[in-house]
Amino acid sequence: MAGLHDKLHKNPILFAILATVVVLIGTIVTMLYPMLRPEMHPKLENLKPYTALQLAGRDIYQREGCFYCHTQTVRPLKTEVMRYGEYSKAGEFAYDHPFLWGSKRTGPDLARIGGKYPDAWHYRHLENPRAFFKESNMPSYAFLKERKLDPQEVERHMKALGFPYTKEEIEALKDKTEMDALVAYLQVIGTAVKKKEEAIEAKVMEEKNPLVGDKEAIKRGKELFEKNCMVCHGDDGKGGIGPSLQDNVWLGKEGDISDGKLFSIISDGTQAGMPPFGKQIDKNGIWSIVSYIRTLQKK
Amino acid sequence: MDEYRYDYQTVKGFIYSSIFWGVVGILIGLWISIQMWHPNANLPPYFTFGRLRVVHTNGLAFGLGVGAIFGIFYYITMRLCRRPLLFPKLARFQLYLFNAAIALSALSLLAGYTQSLEYAELEWPFDIGVVILWVMFAVNIFGTILKRKEEQMYISLWYIIATVIAVAVLYIINNLSIPAGLLKSYHLFAGVNSANVQWWYGHNAVGFVFTTPILAMFYYFLPKSTGLPIYSHRLSIIAFWSLVFAYLWTGAHHLVYTPLPDWIQTLGIVFTMFLIAPSWGSVVNGYYTVGQDWDKAKNSYLTKFFILGITFYGLQTVQGPTQGLRIVSQLIHYTDWVPGHVHMGTMGWVTMTVAASIYYIIPKIYNTEIYSVKIANTHFWLVLIGQLIFSITMWITGIQQGALQKAVNPDGSLKYTMVEIIAKNYPFWEMRTLGGLIFAIGMLFFVYNIYMTARKARA
Repeated sequence: MAGLHDKLHKNPILFAILATVVVLIGTIVTMLYPMLRPEMHPKLENLKPYTALQLAGRDIYQREGCFYCHTQTVRPLKTEVMRYGEYSKAGEFAYDHPFLWGSKRTGPDLARIGGKYPDAWHYRHLENPRAFFKESNMPSYAFLKERKLDPQEVERHMKALGFPYTKEEIEALKDKTEMDALVAYLQVIGTAVKKKEEAIEAKVMEEKNPLVGDKEAIKRGKELFEKNCMVCHGDDGKGGIGPSLQDNVWLGKEGDISDGKLFSIISDGTQAGMPPFGKQIDKNGIWSIVSYIRTLQKK
Repeated sequence: MDEYRYDYQTVKGFIYSSIFWGVVGILIGLWISIQMWHPNANLPPYFTFGRLRVVHTNGLAFGLGVGAIFGIFYYITMRLCRRPLLFPKLARFQLYLFNAAIALSALSLLAGYTQSLEYAELEWPFDIGVVILWVMFAVNIFGTILKRKEEQMYISLWYIIATVIAVAVLYIINNLSIPAGLLKSYHLFAGVNSANVQWWYGHNAVGFVFTTPILAMFYYFLPKSTGLPIYSHRLSIIAFWSLVFAYLWTGAHHLVYTPLPDWIQTLGIVFTMFLIAPSWGSVVNGYYTVGQDWDKAKNSYLTKFFILGITFYGLQTVQGPTQGLRIVSQLIHYTDWVPGHVHMGTMGWVTMTVAASIYYIIPKIYNTEIYSVKIANTHFWLVLIGQLIFSITMWITGIQQGALQKAVNPDGSLKYTMVEIIAKNYPFWEMRTLGGLIFAIGMLFFVYNIYMTARKARA
């Protein structure tokens, strides 16, 4: 060993060749060899290439460095799946050049953000994150609303990646802002994985609200409401991105919504864009919110 | 002794450039640390966290790190080969090109031109610039080594050769991309594969920019400043080959619990654990080197820089592999623990060793003594305290983030929303800025000391 090395460190060419070989072994086994295997190139059946608008949005996501604070992989860990949804699958990322999984989660993971909130939520949140979350440290991206997309540039990008597009699609971009594009991208992230459907067709909770009129529960419900619901449903539930909860129309159409139905909507969400809270708020908490909402309606 | 002319002007040029970019990078670091707890410090569109963070990391890795590597490697190579550089004019030109490239790169990143690959963000025209710079460097290093006047290649030259080769391989492969415009490209690789290539690169950028080059400096300047030879030649041989072999296997520890195939993750974790051995080979060698004659070693004010530096390297290379383990990764991955870890390496090991090397070189070049040992000592204590406050604060808050994200109520539902968790970070983020500020002040003492040494010599 030492004898060989004596020769080696008098011969830089031999040394350099050996060093190259040594560096390449791990490279080949862990990087080049996997690349040749199909397991590194999976694609989910219903995964589609990005549309022109979505790709333009992804370019902006990259440009603004969103991935330095937001990851895009849900790990197969229990609480992580509870917080965000299905864990990430290898086949979701086939059109991602490059991957944007990130390495730091200063804000929440975005792997399942697509379809979680209505578009209007994202527009307002990107414009002023602290209007929604007082303690958020995210910068404001209001300037994206002022900037128009350049359709030719987006077309060049689509061509480079070989994604299919139509002339009309490119044409339509000239009226779009960067904000439109970013929201379109956010809304498609993670949507190739089907959400667990059973929850969405809201099953009505059979139990009666055990906390009707309970003063402590109403107090807690108000706190929970302000923390979780107010950003969309407004102060005292007067409405905003989400519908007003004081509004007779919303209540009246099919008769009053029962406490059980309200519970299910809060717990499981709706297809109209209400996110599910059942995994973040415990059962008593949801009943408390229902009790609180009932006090609003009596106004 | 100086019958031949060493290219000290170029060495100095690179060292001063690296100090300049280092100060810029540290100030931007302070700025983004403030943005974490004071969001109004974001000035969109150019000065948001998302754009400035990358200028901080690239400015320090490429401006301070690579600039110091260019300058100090040229110095070490000339001394160990006992001859001037083979192509002095090329090195001179490389210096100008380097500064132009760093300045333009920084502007391009602020303008939002990025490949979104960590530590490989620069867009393709800049990548070509980096490759040209590296080829110029390699030609000069290898040329000078081939024409050397000293038969034996000392340990530092092994690390220099490995650095030059590995960085070239890593940088070229990970930057392969599909150009889509003058300043826009897409990674040639997609999805899981893109992730695997990127973190093979990303971790080895740490390995071959922040580890092997710094070890080259350590092995050269520790014996030089203490007057003691490296304790074990055999140990340095074993540590060298096993380090450069094992490093390349470990990138996947950045992708634990992601959709990357499990076998690659596991292989990455196993080799990461193995990496403790060669890392500690150098740590032990360093300790025993000064242990041979402590009375002699402690005469040099630089000894404490090198020994603290290698100690942080030792802690870093135990903490790093621990983080790779699934049981640890699930808690601290994606949290502020990781920046705490990174900054122990960069502020504790890299900057400490580079600064000590510069303290050694600059007076030698001017044929004088350092302006003030007292200021150097102040610098030492400030950067040490600043770094400890930074890292320890981030470890605590990282564990807190991980634990709160996992916390559940008795009925199994999640206890905290994400924004509630963010709110609990603020005091720690403020503390981090304080640590960074103390560190930055320490570095200003260093800059002042170097400046005054040069001024004294010229007078």
